[in-house]
Amino acid sequence: MPEKGKIIVEVENLSVGYEETVVLEKINFTVKTGEVFGILGGSGAGKSTLLKHMLGLYPPFTGDVRIFDKSIINSSDVEKDRLMRSFGVTYQGGALLGSLTVGENIALPLEAYTDLNKHDILKVIQEKLALVDLRGTENVMPAELSGGMKKRAGLARALALDPELLFFDEPSAGLDPITSVELDELILRLRNQFDTTIVIVTHELASVFGIIDTVIMLDKKAKTIVAEGDPKVLRDTSTSQWVHDFLNREEHNTVK
Amino acid sequence: MEDHKKQNPLVDMVEKIGVAANTISNDFCFFVSFLGQLLMATKDVIRHPSKLRGKDILYYMDLCGSQALPIVLCICYLMGVILGFQFALQAQKVGAEIYVADGVGFSILKELGPFMVAIICTGRAGSAFAAEIGTMKVNEEISALQTMGFNPIVFLVIPKLLAMLFTLPILIVFGDLAGLLGGFTVGVSMMDLTPVAYIDRTFEVLIPSTMVMGVLKGLVFAVIISLVGCIRGFQSTSDAQGVGRATTSAVVTSIFLVVVSDAILTRLYTMWGY
Repeated sequence: MPEKGKIIVEVENLSVGYEETVVLEKINFTVKTGEVFGILGGSGAGKSTLLKHMLGLYPPFTGDVRIFDKSIINSSDVEKDRLMRSFGVTYQGGALLGSLTVGENIALPLEAYTDLNKHDILKVIQEKLALVDLRGTENVMPAELSGGMKKRAGLARALALDPELLFFDEPSAGLDPITSVELDELILRLRNQFDTTIVIVTHELASVFGIIDTVIMLDKKAKTIVAEGDPKVLRDTSTSQWVHDFLNREEHNTVK
Repeated sequence: MEDHKKQNPLVDMVEKIGVAANTISNDFCFFVSFLGQLLMATKDVIRHPSKLRGKDILYYMDLCGSQALPIVLCICYLMGVILGFQFALQAQKVGAEIYVADGVGFSILKELGPFMVAIICTGRAGSAFAAEIGTMKVNEEISALQTMGFNPIVFLVIPKLLAMLFTLPILIVFGDLAGLLGGFTVGVSMMDLTPVAYIDRTFEVLIPSTMVMGVLKGLVFAVIISLVGCIRGFQSTSDAQGVGRATTSAVVTSIFLVVVSDAILTRLYTMWGY
């Protein structure tokens, strides 16, 4: 069981972007064990860009990201691959491999990184699918699933190796309010049952106030973090007009 | 009404040349980096063959090979018929009908068989590779593979390359035979040649190495088609139009490189006396 309150993700002076365009700079924050941590911001604020750099998919301009006390930026390819296996990622559209069934998708990391035989792998697949309320879909192709089911199947795959840390990229995007609440409940269940640390990129306020313990807010103009803390406290006490308007869902008038 | 600024044609031309040069240089850098990653991945696969998914190789062998066979047979047979007609028209003028077998045989085995099969495979498989990888990029499937600790080159490129290296030479053999059959059909039906005379002449002039050298070209074409398809897929931007552009570009680039490599190989073969 992971030690409570221990820093599990540490982002240090990170500057990220594409080609020569800086999207975010001077990003510093930490995520602690068992926390549901939110990365919040408006469209184009760089939330997903920050997540992709945190996952080691793109090199940052400067700074470092340490996950489980190991740098994902400065490690060798072999170490990086090993580190990547220690956490799970759920993408916006599920990112299931379209040529494989749901079961084969979940089996991928199990076949590659465990010594389980076929029978045990099938048991794990069924267990993970039951956890995300998708029993009996192991032989279904991803194209036959709805948007919400794809996300849950993607989550089942992310959970295959029982990671202590899970990243979600916009889990509620494109979902109806009921499915969105169900997914939020599932995320909370994962945290409460397994003590999984969760990092969520979102702009859905219902999710922010419903499940997130600590949030950082990114601003497109400032290109950095403009607020950090408990989302409810920020909503009620923030002195920043933009943060206040965003969290209270009010129209932000820059001419005020 | 806003005034339209007229661009100086010279500046416009220089700008276009600059953009083209930049594109070519970016393409070259991407290619070199991709080749480096491919070599590292190949080394990794040789050390740990279990990293390769046999199921994927079989799937791509079916896609590139058995599914392409009917169209390869049909087109190569018709190429043989067309060549047979053309040679027959010329040969009849000088009473040298029997040389139709020589003309069709050499043309098909040395050039048109491998070339037509390569063009068919570019249109079928090369474009499919680019579209598949491009779509996977749009759907974040490649990012998902990377965050699961899989090397996309091992997972997506090497199975396609191996499948193409295995199936394209076999398709060329079938294409060659179909082309020879096309020439035979014309030779026997249009001219007064007997089947035995046509076949005897074919075996007399075509030595096995003629076919082997053509088939060896297939290995070079297989590398070009599969790698260009994959590279264009990885270069695709993450939108539907990007995937379309990547697919078109994969076909155009592959055909161009197949023609260039064919010209180089033909020159080399001639120098080596084949």
